[in-house]
Formats: sequence, structure tokens, C-alpha cells
Amino acid sequence: MSWKIGTENDFIARTHAWSAPGCHPVGCGIKLHVKDGKVVGVEGDEENPITQGRLCVRCLSLTEYLYHPDRILYPMKRDKADRGKDKFVRITWDEAYDIIEKKVHEIREKYGYTGIGVLGGTGREATLFYPVLAYAVFQTPNCGTPLSGQSCYGPRCTITNYLMGAGYPEIDHAQYFPDRYDNPQFELPEYVIVWGKTPLESNPDGFFGHALVDMMKRGTKIITVDPRVTWLGSRAEYNLQLRPGTDAALGLGMINIIISEGLYDKEFVENWCYGFEELKERAAEYPVEKVSEITWIPKETILAATRAFAKAKNASIQWGVAIDQQSNGLQAGQTILALCALTGNIDNPGGLTLAPKASLTGRWRYETIKYVDPELVNNRLGNDIYPASRSALTNLLADCYLETLETDEPYPIRMMWIHSCNPYACPAAVPERWHDALQRMDFVVCQEAFMTPAAMGLADIILPVSTFPERDGICLPHFGRNTPLVGAINKVVQIGEAKSDFEICLELGKRLNPEAWPWNSVEEFLDFQLVPNAGFSFAELREKIFYQPPYEYYKYKKGLCRSDGEPGFETVTGLFELKSLQYEAWGDDPLPYFMEPQYSPVSTPELYKEYPLVLTTGGRKITSFHSEHRQIPSLREIDPWPIVQIHPDDAKKYGIEDGDWVCIENQFGKCRQKAEVTPTILKGVVHAQHAWWYPEEDQTEPNQGGYKKSNINMLVPHKHIGKLAMGAPYKCLLCKIYKVKGLDED
Amino acid sequence: MSKYGLLIDYEYCSGCHSCEVACRHAKGLSLGEWGIKLAKVGPWQQQDGSWEWNHIPVPTKLCDLCADRVAEGKKPACVHHCLAFCMEYGPVEELSKKMAEKGSKVCMFVP
Repeated sequence: MSWKIGTENDFIARTHAWSAPGCHPVGCGIKLHVKDGKVVGVEGDEENPITQGRLCVRCLSLTEYLYHPDRILYPMKRDKADRGKDKFVRITWDEAYDIIEKKVHEIREKYGYTGIGVLGGTGREATLFYPVLAYAVFQTPNCGTPLSGQSCYGPRCTITNYLMGAGYPEIDHAQYFPDRYDNPQFELPEYVIVWGKTPLESNPDGFFGHALVDMMKRGTKIITVDPRVTWLGSRAEYNLQLRPGTDAALGLGMINIIISEGLYDKEFVENWCYGFEELKERAAEYPVEKVSEITWIPKETILAATRAFAKAKNASIQWGVAIDQQSNGLQAGQTILALCALTGNIDNPGGLTLAPKASLTGRWRYETIKYVDPELVNNRLGNDIYPASRSALTNLLADCYLETLETDEPYPIRMMWIHSCNPYACPAAVPERWHDALQRMDFVVCQEAFMTPAAMGLADIILPVSTFPERDGICLPHFGRNTPLVGAINKVVQIGEAKSDFEICLELGKRLNPEAWPWNSVEEFLDFQLVPNAGFSFAELREKIFYQPPYEYYKYKKGLCRSDGEPGFETVTGLFELKSLQYEAWGDDPLPYFMEPQYSPVSTPELYKEYPLVLTTGGRKITSFHSEHRQIPSLREIDPWPIVQIHPDDAKKYGIEDGDWVCIENQFGKCRQKAEVTPTILKGVVHAQHAWWYPEEDQTEPNQGGYKKSNINMLVPHKHIGKLAMGAPYKCLLCKIYKVKGLDED
Repeated sequence: MSKYGLLIDYEYCSGCHSCEVACRHAKGLSLGEWGIKLAKVGPWQQQDGSWEWNHIPVPTKLCDLCADRVAEGKKPACVHHCLAFCMEYGPVEELSKKMAEKGSKVCMFVP
């Protein structure tokens, strides 16, 4: 099975899909038909052990992305005086780099190394390389995303690190085995709890969502924890439709049931857990009646689902971004991992898989912080207020980043590199504040595939980023935090003058910090990553197509988790910490607790009278990756407008019918989406989509792609974050809803 | 000569639209044209608390069961790319045997 079959001008190449277009690195195998230098066809690679020939609509519509007339294909510059206007001029890469280099030295002289900042997006390969750009190219500590409270993936990885010293705890779906579900070591999970996640649509971070369907067909039963009944929920045995933001209460209630009914795995608890008695005592404060009242879930459902999960021979829990997007999230996540530990579902067949914390480029990107002056690293924005962030997160706290951009305290940042990021149209809370703060930059570079509000609103230089058919690289599921497959990404075409994220880092790096950039080609760098860590070169990986590392269960029993080779977990105690010494060290309760969301029917009853609906946001859809794909015809045809879901009883109360344009409003802001009246959402809760802007609208100032019109983050406040600085309430706010005539009419 | 059809196990069709987009690109169709299109029943809740919610892809006049792909030994584009692996292509006699075996929530189309 060679990776390239055919003639020079007409061939089929096997590769893996990873960005651009944006997506998390799942490792989807894809065959590209290239004719006369153009991709003319796309087909799923049936030899891929995980996707087995399947592709989602974003890969199937790939050619609509690659050859879209609006795609940015050449470096461009614009006079700062024309910022916000469509007055870009095409330039060469050399000219772009010359301008950038000159500006970097100017800004450094005037403001120091901290005068430069990088803002990164997610999902794309940029996720690996924006830290590298900041640390190894610009040698600045100012590296982060605009997402308040770092409310994505990072908190869950931190929890996993603290409690069991491991990488991302993906559920076992035989992902490491070439023969998959038929592998003799694998056992199907009896139950999977899908908690705050819609993996069929989101395929997040390294998980092929429909593996859940694969397992359901073989007998796995599903339990969902979600204020909505999703399609998956319609096939589930139990749907725990909880009030958004009450996950920790549910988790503690479930722990209490399992412990008090003796349904826990005594062997695992006695031999491998720390803090059981203390957790038992804490959980006793959450009897099921109280939990039912808090969560709005019927008591019988909580009892039945918990017993089913605990009594199963093996089971797992898949947790989603809902755990990150609330200020009580670190506690909610703590209860979820505890539920798996109490039932012995850690690194067993059909349970949660255990993997090292970081590997390959996923690890290397954070190591590059060594190129930043240690004093600057020590004094990173927010370190003094949130000491946990120093060790837990390698990014700046977004909320502290914004404040510095607005006030120049503790130091001014005057150059911003916006790297595959659509800050005020997508992740940022208080979008207008981000828009205004970024206007204060002397010099802005945007690295993008399409014109976005940020690129049009701010960029002095735009650099065209290449798509995955235009670049060599490796596809790294879970960014190296639990990587069942390493896939070769093969460059097969060149479109315009687009370059990959890594190529840009390398070329700029050689100019600005050559010591950190010894490689002379992309392939040399890939060999540097692969050869010592995986034992083969990029050329060899290319011929293999992909590589699946071997997997062993029960690594904690065999001394394969700890760096000293002893049995146990890589934690302070050597055990799975039900009581977390790290949480305690950073100033939070070592045991989980429930805390009401900042604005809720219980914590702010007066506000609730004015804003009588619980607002949750950001559930994914398959036709877009965050704010991307709005301009891709086949995808926009399927999902043309932003949708807010509302229960029929609530809709009737507010005079809203299915398909009406409505305004969603709270004390922080408002936006407009189209109502979908559906019985699948919990009464009293509405769900709004995120990341909506309009590429077909005027991107220039002041309209800026209509980024305020349907952006649910207009309702999300600044710096409402958890004790350890992680978790902003994107998933649990209050709002009211009323009908309007249209997107633009009252 | 046997007739060929598409077997859909709609217990598992998750409504992902891959069949629609795979077909459009395989056949070079435009926006507003479909060789197969998802239909939806539900969601609504039954008296017993269970949910009625089914997505079912329906082939249109434009569907020729990917005769060109089949001639090359491949599966129709929709079948190949279906994320839930809930579609099969084959002679109707074989497919109807599979329908009987599965026993519920399964349909067959001869486009």
C-alpha cells in the first residue's frame, strides 16, 4: 500500500485530514485524487483502522474550501492608516518577512520582548505552533487564546494530570489496535456515559465520534448527561437532563449512591486510591433528593443510571467542553474521574485509557518556552493572582491578557500575531472589548485562510495559511496527549503561495532566533520529532501511511506510569487522588464541591425574574468547526442560520414559533438567532449556537462581518472564572428571549 | 437480472449529511441538487417516555447507485462514507434477507 499511486500528473495520494480546514486531529484517513496539479476528488481511506473509509461533510466538501474564490492565497499588506478598510496590496513572502522583521526589532527596542503577543486559535495545526511562534521565534511570554478562563480542554487535562498524572483520558474504543473491536484484549464497555458532550458532531480532540455508534451496534448502552436529548440521547438508556452548571452536584450525588450502596470496586479503591474516606464524607452531603432538586433531574433517573453504570462489568465516561465552560468545572471533572476510579474503570478494557501527559510535537511545543527569559516567564500575566496557572497552563490567562491589552499594565503589548484565530467573532467573551483593545496595536499580523473580521479589522500583514493537501506534517490525535495513531500528512498540491504554520515558524525563526531553528526543511524537523520518539523517519511514516503505537492495559499495576518505574500513578501520593493534593496546594478544596453558577435561578433569584431562562451555549454541529466553514456552500446550505433551541412550553409563553428570529438578551448583551422549538431541550433552558458571523456581509469597519449580530458571547461576562483561574460560564448564564422581525429588522 | 438497492439501518442513521455531500461531489451536482437527501421523523416523546427520532436518507431521481464506482469495484459514494456505517448496497434479494435478520428499523430503497 504505497502512499502515492499513479503518474506524475494523475495520482491518488493517501494522507490524513488535519487543517486547515479547521478540525481537531482525529486521524481521518483520506485519499486525494490529484490531476494536473489540482485536487479533483476526495475519498475516505478504507484502510484507516479508525475511520475505515468514512468522512464527515467537512472533508467531503474539501474542494469547495481549497478552491473557494475568497480564499487568501498571497501575502498582503495594508497601511495602518487604512486599518478596517479593504485596501490590501499583494506582496511577496520576502517582503512580508522583511516588514515583520523590521517591526519586531522596532517594537522590541521600544517596549522590550514583552511588547509582542501571540493569539492562537484551536483545532488547526496552529494549536501546536502558535506557542512555538511566541516562545521560539519571538521569545515572548505573551502567548494565549482569547477564550475566557481557558475554558476548553486545558482544564480537563489539568484535572487528569493532578488526579492521575496522565494525559487525556479518552474512552477505550479499541483505538490502539489494528484489528480494533475484534482484538482479543479489548472488551466492549457495557455503558458509556456521554457527559456534556456531543461527539458525533464534534469529534473532539482525537476521538472519532461515530465510534460510539460502532460500539452501540455491538451492545454498548449509552447514558447522556445533557440539558438536551440529542439524537444519541434518543437511543440512550438514560438521559440525565440537568440544569446547566450543576454537573458537580450530579457527580457528587452519583458518588454518594455508589459508595453508600457498596457498588464501588473495593480492590481498586483499597490498593490504588487516596482519600476515599474523605470523599465518602463529602459525598454524604449530597443525598439524591438534594441532588435532584439542584439538578432538576428526577430522583429515580439518577438512581437507575448510577446503579447501571456502577454495576456494569466495565464502563467509561466521556466528558466534554461543558466541564471546562463553567467555574465549578474543576470540581465537576474531579467527580467524573472519581466515578471511573471508584468503579475500577481506569486503564481496564472498556474503561478510560491511560496515556503519557504529552508526546511528540505536543510536548516539544511547550519545551520551547526555554527560549524566553525565565524572569519574563515567571512574571507572566496573571501568575501573581492565579498561581496555579504557572504550572497548570502554558498559555496566558485570556482575561489577564485582555486587561493588559486595554491598560498597558504591567507592560504595553504593541504587536499582535493573530494565528488562525477569530478572536471577537468566536472564542472571546466581551467581544467588543477585545475588538477595541486589539485596535491599540501598532502592528498586527494575521495568519489565515479566509478573510475574517479580525483580519479585515486589524491586519497590517496577512499571511496565507495552507490547507492539509498543501503541506507535509503529522496528524497527532489529542495533540500527543493520548495518541492512538500518528498519520502522515502529505503535500500533494500548491495553491497560490500558501504556507503551512510550521513553514512560517521556520522561515521567520531562522531570521529572528536561528539558534532555535536548526532544521533546513519541514522534513528535517519531522524527522527530529519522529526518529528519537517513534523510531522512524517521516519518509518511513509516509510509506507506512500511519503508525499505531502498542497499548497495554493496567499500566499502573505494571510500573509503566511512574517515571521511577514503580507501580502506581504519577501523582504526589503515587495513587489515584480522590482527594487532590495539587488542588490543595493551589488554594482550592482538595475534595469536590458544588458551587452554583454566578448567575442562576438559585444564586441570583432577583436577576432570574428579569432573565427567566437558563442559557447554555456552544453545542457543536458537523457543518462547521467553530467559526470556520460559514462560506463553504454545501455546508452553509445544510445549516444556513444560527439556531437557538427552546422548549415548546417556553416558546408559547413568549409568543415564539419555530423559525422565528429572536433576540437573546441578558445583563451583559444581546444577539439574534433563529428559534428551533423542540421538546428535546429541558424546559426552562435555552441553547444557543456559538461562533456565528457572516462572511457574505461587509467585513470592513464598522460592520466587521456582522460579528455582533448573532454572537452569543455578547452575553458572556469578562473574568468570571474559577478559583484556579479555569472555567468561565459559557455554559451557564441567564437570559430572556423575545421575538424580532429578522436578523436586521425590529 | 437482479435489481440492486440501498439498505438503510435507520436505527443508527445519525443524520450526519455525509451521504448527501459525498453524493453531490461524486456526481458533480450543484447547490440545490441532491442524489440522496435526508428525511426526518421526530423528535417527539412517546407516552412511554421513549423518543421517536429517525433520520432516513432517501435516494432521488438523480441516483444511479453510482454505476461508475460500482464498475470499478467500489461502493456507492454514500455507502462508502456513511459515518454510522448504516448503509449497504447489493442485490435486493440479499438485502431483504438482511432486513429480515435485523428485524426492525430498517428499510430498503430501489431508486
